[in-house]
Amino acid sequence: MTIWIIEDKCDGCQRCIKVCPYEGIEMKGNIASITDRCTSCGACIEACKKNHAIESDIEPRPVPDFSDRQGVWVFAEQNQEKLARVSLELLGKAQELAKALGQEVSALICGKDVSHLVETLHDHGAKNVYLIEDDALENFRTIAYANVIEDLVLTHKPNILLMGATGLGRDLAPRVSRRVGTGLTADCTQITIDPEEKLMYQTRPAFGGNVMATIACRYTRPQMATVRPGVMEAMPCKPEDTKIIRHEVSLKEQDIRTRILEKILEKKPGTDISEASVVVAGGRGVNGEKGFAMLRELSNLLGGELACTRLITEKGILPHDVQVGQTGKTIRPEIYIACGISGAVQHTAGMMGSRYIIAINNDPMAPIFKLANWSIVGDVNEIVPEFIKQLSSGGAS
Amino acid sequence: MNIIVLVKQVPNTTNIKLDPKTGNLIREGLESIMNPDDLHALEAGVKIKEETGGRVIAVSMGPPQAVDVLTQAMGMGADRAILLSDRAFSGADTWATSYTLSKAIEKIKDYDLILCGHQAIDGDTAQIGPQVADWLDIAQATYVREIESINQNNAENEIIVKRRLEDGFERVACKIPVLLTIISELNDPRYPHMGQLISACEQKAPIQVWNAADIGVKTIEVGLEGSNTHVIKTFTPNFKRQNELLEGSTKEVVSNLIDRLKKSDTSISHRL
Repeated sequence: MTIWIIEDKCDGCQRCIKVCPYEGIEMKGNIASITDRCTSCGACIEACKKNHAIESDIEPRPVPDFSDRQGVWVFAEQNQEKLARVSLELLGKAQELAKALGQEVSALICGKDVSHLVETLHDHGAKNVYLIEDDALENFRTIAYANVIEDLVLTHKPNILLMGATGLGRDLAPRVSRRVGTGLTADCTQITIDPEEKLMYQTRPAFGGNVMATIACRYTRPQMATVRPGVMEAMPCKPEDTKIIRHEVSLKEQDIRTRILEKILEKKPGTDISEASVVVAGGRGVNGEKGFAMLRELSNLLGGELACTRLITEKGILPHDVQVGQTGKTIRPEIYIACGISGAVQHTAGMMGSRYIIAINNDPMAPIFKLANWSIVGDVNEIVPEFIKQLSSGGAS
Repeated sequence: MNIIVLVKQVPNTTNIKLDPKTGNLIREGLESIMNPDDLHALEAGVKIKEETGGRVIAVSMGPPQAVDVLTQAMGMGADRAILLSDRAFSGADTWATSYTLSKAIEKIKDYDLILCGHQAIDGDTAQIGPQVADWLDIAQATYVREIESINQNNAENEIIVKRRLEDGFERVACKIPVLLTIISELNDPRYPHMGQLISACEQKAPIQVWNAADIGVKTIEVGLEGSNTHVIKTFTPNFKRQNELLEGSTKEVVSNLIDRLKKSDTSISHRL
């Protein structure tokens, strides 16, 4: 399988270069030329319809008939019999997708004793809830959950399956996708239905958030994606004629191959930055522990939470669970106050969705200012104490 | 213990540059490195080998120049290295990549433990580990931050690890063979040993290159053709907001900011 260029027909329009997702074509003089990066995907052939200057020996892969694949499913994640918020957010997105497709929204939930959670799933848009209860499902274990979901998917043939990009989801989703023989797109920030082919278009950041890629799963079903908590919005809405479908499974302990010996909670309560409406975050420009004590005072005054960049976590000043960004959390508070943060994409990937962004930095060229609603060029060590002073005194004195 | 470590060569995304006009990634001069999490996986593998005996085989899939990360792996103490390289492998999604890797692992045959980094910094999908484990039908543990003990002599034949969770960690006993994905908390990777590095460079023998035929896969099962997901388009993100620069004395900018917040449609505006 190769792609080649008929040089006489190429007029150097560069349309092929624009559509190539892999930088597989470059200009050599006035003529396009295929590079080593070409994966023979054929996108350029489509783009060169006018001149027919690109040819290949690739046979188009037939798209199977998926008319029996119906329904937008959300895997409802629960931990200690509490629903993960991301699952309700996904049900919000699922309603939109289902509407565009003319299909139904369903949730699936597994655990030992989780039937009391079904009502909440109905209330957030799930018309059908697939309920699987078994002692072996008390704690999350990859193979046990994968076996159950595989069985459900093969029986009921959904079109789309969404899961949260949580620690659990990122462990389970790839295993499920392999098992049911389909593709999976991780950490999507945007999901839409393409109006022509009715495919799910899944957009995700790559290369540390420097590039966005839109991905589709054309040849297999279900179309699977994971989405980070905080990216989508929950939409409470109870459908008519809700249904609960109990699914029986027979899990053998020896097939599961892992045993949970114990779970140890390490987190202090009340510091979940993804739940906070105000987040005060600090980076390189904040003066160590002393500086963060100051930021904590500010966040307390605003009724918010303290967060940080990766560097601060690596220095051990704050724990990993308050780190925002590519390798930390994605949050969308109402107000995000970035103090001494330059705004590298690795960080901004985790906070771009905030409603208002305030940036305080002494470098006027810092990229964070491009994202901010309100920018203050100045020293964090002067601005923040003044901020604290004015808030405590109830206005400028 | 027979250990296989999966490693990947990635562009160093921490200092990526974008073309200011087109917004495209500037690939020239972009340094290639071993994926950071994979260094921790290798370190773990070599350390276990030093303690329990056995061997470490490093495996990578990539273009011919990816041999560099395997040379580095040999320098860190891997006994053998295998590069899976074939034009047919290019453009693979995680489905096709995990299939290719698992076919190579099946060819290697004897293994108790497969280690890989939790995720690669160029894709951040964290999918390859679990998918390889599923192709091979073995147990998995992700986000591993500590390898507590290996009990290979008793009837259980299992390894006990600590996995990081969002709200703490859990201790899990996994049946061997098992695939573990490693996070950076696990260890501090060693620097390559100069002597081992030189011998890895000189006698190319320990680094083998396997193509599609070597691992017995059809070209339609791997690479772009064997993939289930395909890239429709790529673009540079654009985040536009109404931006206002607050200027003046420290006192003025702060009181202006508080004014803006009071007038904003947020839940805290009335409290200020």
